[in-house]
Amino acid sequence: MSRDEIFTRLNEVFQDVFGDDDITVTDETTAADVEGWDSLRHITLLAAVEDEFDIEFSMGQTVKMKNVGEMVDYIEEEA
Amino acid sequence: MDCFNYPLDSKMLLRKKIRIKKELLDSNMSFIEKRIAVLGGSTTNEIVDQLELFLLNYGIKPTFYQSEYAQYWQDAMFGNEELDSFKPDIVYVHTNWRNITEFPTTSSTKEEADVMLKNTYNHFAMMWDKLSERFQCPIIQDNFDRPAWRLLGNSDVSDYRGRTNFISRLNQKLYQYADEHKAFFVNDVDFLAASYGLDAWSNPLYWHMYKYSLCLDAIPSLAKSVADIIKSIYGKNKKVLVCDLDNTLWGGIVGDDGVEGIQVGPEVPMGQVYSEFQQYVKDLKTIGVLLAVNSKNDEEHAVAGLNHPDGPLKPDDFVSIKANWENKDRNMQTIAAELNLGIDSFVFIDDNPTEREIIKQAGFGVAVPTMDKVENYLKTVDRNGFFEVTSLSLDDLSRVEMYKANAKRVQFQENARSYEDFLKSLNMKATIREFEPIYMQRIAQLTNKSNQFNLTTLRCSESDIKNMQASDDYICLYGKLEDKFGDNGVVSVVAGQIENIELHMRLWLMSCRVLKRGMEDAMLDTLVQVAKFHKLETIIGYYYPTPKNNMVKEFYKKMGFELISEDENGNTAWKLDLGTYEPKNPAIETNR
Repeated sequence: MSRDEIFTRLNEVFQDVFGDDDITVTDETTAADVEGWDSLRHITLLAAVEDEFDIEFSMGQTVKMKNVGEMVDYIEEEA
Repeated sequence: MDCFNYPLDSKMLLRKKIRIKKELLDSNMSFIEKRIAVLGGSTTNEIVDQLELFLLNYGIKPTFYQSEYAQYWQDAMFGNEELDSFKPDIVYVHTNWRNITEFPTTSSTKEEADVMLKNTYNHFAMMWDKLSERFQCPIIQDNFDRPAWRLLGNSDVSDYRGRTNFISRLNQKLYQYADEHKAFFVNDVDFLAASYGLDAWSNPLYWHMYKYSLCLDAIPSLAKSVADIIKSIYGKNKKVLVCDLDNTLWGGIVGDDGVEGIQVGPEVPMGQVYSEFQQYVKDLKTIGVLLAVNSKNDEEHAVAGLNHPDGPLKPDDFVSIKANWENKDRNMQTIAAELNLGIDSFVFIDDNPTEREIIKQAGFGVAVPTMDKVENYLKTVDRNGFFEVTSLSLDDLSRVEMYKANAKRVQFQENARSYEDFLKSLNMKATIREFEPIYMQRIAQLTNKSNQFNLTTLRCSESDIKNMQASDDYICLYGKLEDKFGDNGVVSVVAGQIENIELHMRLWLMSCRVLKRGMEDAMLDTLVQVAKFHKLETIIGYYYPTPKNNMVKEFYKKMGFELISEDENGNTAWKLDLGTYEPKNPAIETNR
């Protein structure tokens, strides 16, 4: 799967989870950039991403990811 | 929305919860509002979010109080201002086995383990007592799921030193408490975990990362279970199961294959699975569910199929059989009219997706579960929680008989010369008295189940009813009605609040199964008598319109009240002067 393709699908996940059709994320996006992205919503987000790409984040990964770019790196490796 | 039906679409419920919530709130459903305190021994945020969706879907708009992380016990025992002023209608305690602070070890004696069990149980029981004393509202408590590992291996479950054993004994004590306390309900998490799969359910990542006692994906099933209990408490259970016949209650098509050709009974696997399903459907009657048939068939074929010697269900098990070539949505409306029940209290099962779609599209609010494989039928009906049992009153059990007696009355009426003659010939006997303890449960149930003949639609828990009865400021009457065809049980409830010389009616409702029998006249006659005894001079009645109670819009007028006010929402107030009241003396012999 190409990085572009991952971003397209990832944007849909973000739009669903945050209930906002205007969200687009980039490599640099962090929780601070998206309204409502708190620790609780983060859990829902990770589960939805896992489901969308049929992957599983380990505890190690969950703690490590610093921005959307790193999330996409991981999806690229696994999916 | 299909995502709420079993099997749940939990991925969608989690991912799209914001959109789903908006959609429900924007729909034209009417909601009752309830305040729900969620006291957690672990994180509860997603549980509350999901519970909100399921409740909205049931027509209940919740507001929540959530205890701070794992503060369930402190909140319950010592209270706090926020919770006290929140005044919950329901308290839900979400705890898990990790909240148990002490477990036996391999060096514990049997006596030590018993003491630990007693202490642990008391820790919880004290809390439940405190909660019901403080809030006088129903309490829902999770039972304990089992840990996903077993130090003692298989012996963990049987040896008193095993955790699994300890937890299962604790659960037994919890059930005993539930048995002894009516407004206390167990949410069977132990079953939910088993059914979901214990390993996936208790994925340790969710505990260690987020302090959720179960995995995120299982939360919708937990929330559904709690929502099922709540909607049942508030009388929002379904009441009628309407069944298609061919390939739904038996295999094959009775019109084509003949009675000998349909599959039901012990001979072949296909017949066995239909038999088991039929037996389950028949058993639903024992919890008060009414059964009906809605099938495209000639009636004689349908009845012949139901008389199959190996089929547990018989024609007599159904309160209404519509086997004809009419469209099924039409039949459904006819059944609702005959039974005098809201069509939105119906569940429709049919193997044919087109027929299901017709009923869904009709927008009646009928629940239409997806019946896709015969081996899944039973589970599909069962897990949807349509008929969740939170109280089994004797009334529920005899309901089927009552509806049948009603059908007989209708026939009898057709033969009577005039309606007055008919009423007289029924030999009706009413008992109208102040609320009595044995009927509290039924009275509360009626306030939650009656939608049509209900002037104020005030929903009451059993504790609310008890409080009203205990108060000197209230006059509370129930009415029971018997006739030559049977006992209808408690069918009417009125309650008024005394203010100086006036009685303000907070509750006035009647079960539709005794419409047009003069019961409302008998209730008013008695109410006036009691009010005069209290030296009151006026009764003030209120009508608050809802989408369902239009039939009583003019009720007070018919009863001789005078309109005193009306606001822009159609709420009206009515006045009756007791000095000039003429008793209505309906054809009912009244015991007071």
